[in-house]
Amino acid sequence: MMERYLESSNENVNRVIIGALQQEGGSRTSQVIIGGQNTLPFYLWSGSAPNPPALALEIADRPWPETSPELERVCGEVWQDPVSWAKKAVAEWGAQILCLRLISTHPDQLDASPQEAAQTVKKVLAAVGVPLIVKGPGVPDKDAAVLAAVAEAARGENLLLGGAGQENYRKIAEPALKHGHCLIAESPIDINLAKQINILISDTGFPLERIVMDPTTGGLGYGLEYTYSIMERARLAALSGDKTLALPFISFIGFESWRSKEAKTQIPGLGDLSRLSVNWETCGATSMLLAGADLLALWHPQSLKNLQTTIDKFSAKPEL
Amino acid sequence: MLLIGEKINGMFKNVREAVQNRDSRVIKDLALRQMKAGADYLDVNVGPSAPDPVTAMEWLVNAIQEAGDFPLALDSPKPEVIKAGLKLCKAKPLINSTTAEAAKLETLLPLAEEYRAKIIGLAMDEKGIPAEISARLELALQILASATEHDIPLDDIYIDPLILPVGVAQDTAPKVLEAIGEIRKLSEPSPHLILGLSNVSQRCLNRDLINRTYLVMAMAVGLDAAILDVFDDRLMESVSTAQMLLNRDIYCESFVEAFRRKKNKVY
Repeated sequence: MMERYLESSNENVNRVIIGALQQEGGSRTSQVIIGGQNTLPFYLWSGSAPNPPALALEIADRPWPETSPELERVCGEVWQDPVSWAKKAVAEWGAQILCLRLISTHPDQLDASPQEAAQTVKKVLAAVGVPLIVKGPGVPDKDAAVLAAVAEAARGENLLLGGAGQENYRKIAEPALKHGHCLIAESPIDINLAKQINILISDTGFPLERIVMDPTTGGLGYGLEYTYSIMERARLAALSGDKTLALPFISFIGFESWRSKEAKTQIPGLGDLSRLSVNWETCGATSMLLAGADLLALWHPQSLKNLQTTIDKFSAKPEL
Repeated sequence: MLLIGEKINGMFKNVREAVQNRDSRVIKDLALRQMKAGADYLDVNVGPSAPDPVTAMEWLVNAIQEAGDFPLALDSPKPEVIKAGLKLCKAKPLINSTTAEAAKLETLLPLAEEYRAKIIGLAMDEKGIPAEISARLELALQILASATEHDIPLDDIYIDPLILPVGVAQDTAPKVLEAIGEIRKLSEPSPHLILGLSNVSQRCLNRDLINRTYLVMAMAVGLDAAILDVFDDRLMESVSTAQMLLNRDIYCESFVEAFRRKKNKVY
């Protein structure tokens, strides 16, 4: 029944633009557009997907804590300084969009102030021209304070700010709307809550058309399949006309991949850690692509290359 | 769930007068408000007393389309009246309705084919509505077979097993529920099942309560379309709740609002 519907779905996933060019009141030299499709991921024979999935590289305002030696090998030279890191990610690693994770603001890290965080965001914006995703520390109250300060400091830049969850969405949606940014609606691996948070945020007057959903996920081997099912089900509902779920997905699969023991420690019998860790991120991210992710936040530049190859191959127009 | 708003019908005094006086404001207002309330289609019926039903249908369709290109369900026992409306429809039309009567099928199915219209088939023929469910199934099957011969996709066919007022023929209510389940099995994929809901409560007290209770019962056995009063908030809330409980819509705390947003195509 559902499949028959979808063969000719007239319903689109919302199209979301991230980054504001100079003529739009921002200072970005490029934008990233996601969503807009009326079909399942890479089902290009049954509909259109004008914007292939986009790939972001994550950087942070201090080195990744307790992470893999492989990441230190690749990012170690620059990870003391988010500006150098951002420049390298764009110039050398080819990132089209960056995700700046403000881990220094976490109460268990440096507990840096929202103002300090906002300054970091401004420095990164000044250093690179690509659009920017900004992630708070993942603590609801602090996220609200940090993202409000960032929204104001980066007025008009059309950042993608994350994440707004049930506990803090009001405090984040208001400054995001006022200062011209997009929002990530975050929910804890639960389709009902995912739908609800979208409604709650849009009830504040924040347009659904500027929200990207993060259903959150576990990494490969750590519960990724739950999110996979949620994303599939939400996307099927979206293509059958449920507007409250017709939003593009973002997946922070890099963060989850590099937390796993497979990415951090050499495990006997599983081969070289450098290769295994990158493959772990690549496989997890590929799964998220197939589940319907429109924007992936990755950590390793080689994963970025791998995923770009996959997307290019899968996006070739099928010959029937 | 396909919802057809029933308010633009010459049986209602305001519509009858609007048609007589060619007062398009009343019609546009009814069209727009029904679409906002969640109608997918608008029923258009000039009423039994219109002196020139063809001209009245043309005027009604044009008047509605001044408010927007809304999908219209052209409702008349006379094929020439339906045809007059079909010619003017901008969105995919719906023919309301044919019966299993050969003469009707031979006139209306080619029209459905020509205009790529959806079509409602009433499970009755020139002899009237059969009392027995088995006879209604037979008529439904005849309609399906004829429609398929005319290359009308199953997805465009809506079978109406015909509900009668519960105060007149109480035993029909459970029989129609049974018929819905049986008609669904007639083809793969199954045709859509529709009811003119308000019939069930004609001349009864507590009409709204009867309507919404019966609609939910019918949805539970497979009804997926209805002609109804979309202005009845409790009825619409019942539809949204049933959709959710049948796992057709994904649950969230604001499931009623989510349903309204899904249905409201004109903001």
